[in-house]
Amino acid sequence: MARLVGVDLPRNKRMEIALTYIYGIGPTRAKKILAATGISPDLRTDDLTDEDIKLLRNELSNYHIEGDLRREVTMNIKRLQEIGSYRGLRHKRKLPCRGQRTKTNARTQRGKKGAAIAGKK
Amino acid sequence: MARSLKKGAYVEESLQKKIEKMNANSEKKVIKTWSRASMVVPDMLNHTIAVHNGKTHVPVYITEEMVGHKLGEFAPTRLFKGHAGSDKTAKRG
Repeated sequence: MARLVGVDLPRNKRMEIALTYIYGIGPTRAKKILAATGISPDLRTDDLTDEDIKLLRNELSNYHIEGDLRREVTMNIKRLQEIGSYRGLRHKRKLPCRGQRTKTNARTQRGKKGAAIAGKK
Repeated sequence: MARSLKKGAYVEESLQKKIEKMNANSEKKVIKTWSRASMVVPDMLNHTIAVHNGKTHVPVYITEEMVGHKLGEFAPTRLFKGHAGSDKTAKRG
């Protein structure tokens, strides 16, 4: 029902949780937002009034979320790659860039086991 | 833990001296250094610093965006050209 900042419409969840479906909002921020708008964290998405939604929309505009945040992250990665730093190199090769082991694990960065060979340019 | 702000960015003394000297005489020379842990500071802008990678000195041209990173980040220490591969998959292209 509720459609906030783009495509996010988690229904039938408590607001506290529903808000965390927005990129850039976790449990802490969700609680903060609800406290600021005075909406009960126990309300379900479907039970929100239009008034509530308006309040939320206003409050959300104060945060750096969704598209803006995603763009910032990719820009940061791109910057690292362009200055030729080690971290940029690791990003390019889809390997972890904070010194983790890669003999095993690192599956989040490297993707599913057996999938295409990482490190191909 | 991050370094105390009071101390400022770490730059090896000898390297700092050489850069100051170059800036004073406004010359441009490649400085060799082994100090990979030194931070890139604005003084170094537009200089080329050859950073040791354990074997040779890799020339690094310092641009504005690099400020705040360490010199070592720009001189990779490992060379990995990929695994040998089996006969089946070997030699493509």
